[in-house]
Amino acid sequence: MGIASMLRRGALALGAAAIVALPALAQRNDPIRIGAVLSVTGPASFLGDPEDKTLRLYVNRINAAGGVNGRPIQLIVYDDGGDANRARTFATRLVEDDRVVAMVGGTTTGTTMAMRPVFEDARIPFISLAGGIEIIDPVSPYTFKTPHTDRMACEKIFSDVRARGLSRVALISGTDGFGQSMRTQCQRVAQAAGITIVADEQYGPRDSDMTPQLTRIRNTQGVEAVVNPGFGQGPAIVTRNYAQLGIRLPLYQSHGVASAQFIQLATPQAAEGVRLPAAALLVAEQLPANDPQRQVLIDYKTAFERETGQPVSTFGGHAYDGLMILVEAIKRANSTDGTRLRDAIRATRGFVGTGGVVNMSATDHMGLDLSAFRMVEIRNGQFVLIGN
Amino acid sequence: MSARWATLIILAVIIGTIPWFFPSGFYFRVAALIWVTALAAVGLQILMGQAGQVSLGHAGFVGIGAYTMALGPKLLGLDVLLCLPLGAAIAGCVAFVVGRPILRLKGHYLAVATLGFGMLVTMVLVNEVALTGGPDGIRIPRPELLGWRIRGGETFYWITGGALLIGVWIALNLQASPSGRALAALHDSEVAARTVGIDVAAHKLRAFVIAAVYGSVAGGLLALMNGFVTPDAAGFLASIEYVTMVVIGGLASVPGAVVGAALLVLLPQTLTFLHEYEQAVIGLLIMLFMIFLRAGIVPGLAALLRRRPA
Repeated sequence: MGIASMLRRGALALGAAAIVALPALAQRNDPIRIGAVLSVTGPASFLGDPEDKTLRLYVNRINAAGGVNGRPIQLIVYDDGGDANRARTFATRLVEDDRVVAMVGGTTTGTTMAMRPVFEDARIPFISLAGGIEIIDPVSPYTFKTPHTDRMACEKIFSDVRARGLSRVALISGTDGFGQSMRTQCQRVAQAAGITIVADEQYGPRDSDMTPQLTRIRNTQGVEAVVNPGFGQGPAIVTRNYAQLGIRLPLYQSHGVASAQFIQLATPQAAEGVRLPAAALLVAEQLPANDPQRQVLIDYKTAFERETGQPVSTFGGHAYDGLMILVEAIKRANSTDGTRLRDAIRATRGFVGTGGVVNMSATDHMGLDLSAFRMVEIRNGQFVLIGN
Repeated sequence: MSARWATLIILAVIIGTIPWFFPSGFYFRVAALIWVTALAAVGLQILMGQAGQVSLGHAGFVGIGAYTMALGPKLLGLDVLLCLPLGAAIAGCVAFVVGRPILRLKGHYLAVATLGFGMLVTMVLVNEVALTGGPDGIRIPRPELLGWRIRGGETFYWITGGALLIGVWIALNLQASPSGRALAALHDSEVAARTVGIDVAAHKLRAFVIAAVYGSVAGGLLALMNGFVTPDAAGFLASIEYVTMVVIGGLASVPGAVVGAALLVLLPQTLTFLHEYEQAVIGLLIMLFMIFLRAGIVPGLAALLRRRPA
């Protein structure tokens, strides 16, 4: 009797121990769920598509190499088609239904801002891939971003204008989200950079002729340089019209057109001498051998182009940076708890990514400085790195 | 019991019971999204299904409602909850002013005029960056009622569900009222309606204003739920989606608009596993529905059910 009851009790205790231990065991080999809401289709697909491909490519690579802390990564990607309302629904799905530990995504500033409250409320780290400075300024506790901001692009351009001994600038901006956001930032930082904005023209994103706006700029007294915040076809048409009108002033484009396609659209003749701030990825091979980013950039470029057969873009690079910052933070935190993970991401120092060297802090959830942008000039249809 | 009450009770029972089957909080969000989209679609159904007037700019009114929620507190310092009726009033007034001239148009001309209206709203929202935040959108303050912060998917589920019930109730009553009969008459033949003494212009305008108010309230609730709004909410694609919802659910049917809205909100969520083929499959499904249930889902299925026992 005594033995039987002891056995029974022992079995019960064992069972109870197993029940308590099981979740812990399961957790050790459970995949780490990482979410991504990207604009893979729709008007922002040229951003979202390389981001999607990059995330899938590198998650596969990480898993093939044994995962993170012995656990594989499970990537859950949803396509918001560029729509902020849909992005918000998918963000809720990632948090409530898929129970992700972190999010890398948010292709546009609009979708990012719509999703941010979901992750902030759930205390889950959110690394955005969008440009707008309002994402991280003011800082929200759980929101980070990897791309440089429009403000930095303006500052980079203005410092180059000043280095040429010029100060009176005309703006011609697209009315798309990118163009408007950068226009606002350029106006905001102009004074501090010693720049006077003497003309401010705008064009619609689907306009096919910007000659009237450029003529007005040409007829404005004292313009010394022209800056064109915008992306898509608009800047290419501006560049072409600029050459047709024979305007001799220096023309600056934005990082939004940093692709070979822009030179083709604008024609190499018209684009000759145009300068723009660009991520180092665009001129990876031209970087000096001692540049810390050189190896990272060439590795990413080779991997992406071999896997997808498409030319590399800086936008995919933002996704690479976001994923790698997150993976390193998970390793360092040795945890997937939201707050601990957030602290680990915030402690990122000296991370070398495609966008630059990242040094985050409690007050800086992007961690890039102006050195992340390289000034390039278009010469003979090629982007050429010019000295900082 | 009339069919009107049966429809309302069925809808109330659905809204009241499905939360029991929700495995996670995410489903509250999707369901709330269905109710709020359905509210906008029911408004459009009054205009398209009951009065027979096409509108390709319905999302413009949704946008007016949504942006009032952001701009009322920002510019006038109003409480955000007060902005819901304010947005409805603004949308109603805009519809009254815009409707007078454009409702003289018929068929394709009316479609193009409403399309133009919707695009104008989007252009203002996109271009007036200083006011509306431009294409990147604008934040909406979190609502507070007597010190209680309204938030969370579950709360909004009940708010939007209640709003939809009221909206459907009004729409069904309208359909059965003398006004609704007049709308049905001018839907079938404007000339005949005028001959029997119906003030065609006034009835059309009334339907247009009612549709605008529905759209605006839906937009306002959507904005409250999201805490954020971008010009997409007022965009051309959104307008087309509302028309699709009304047509696919059944033009002549108020519950049809709800079913159409549910379908178009749910499809993108359930088909995510198809990745890049998702949009194509959604398009294909819509085509199949239109081929096999030509009168729309609700009237089509009702006809099938009636035929079977015989």
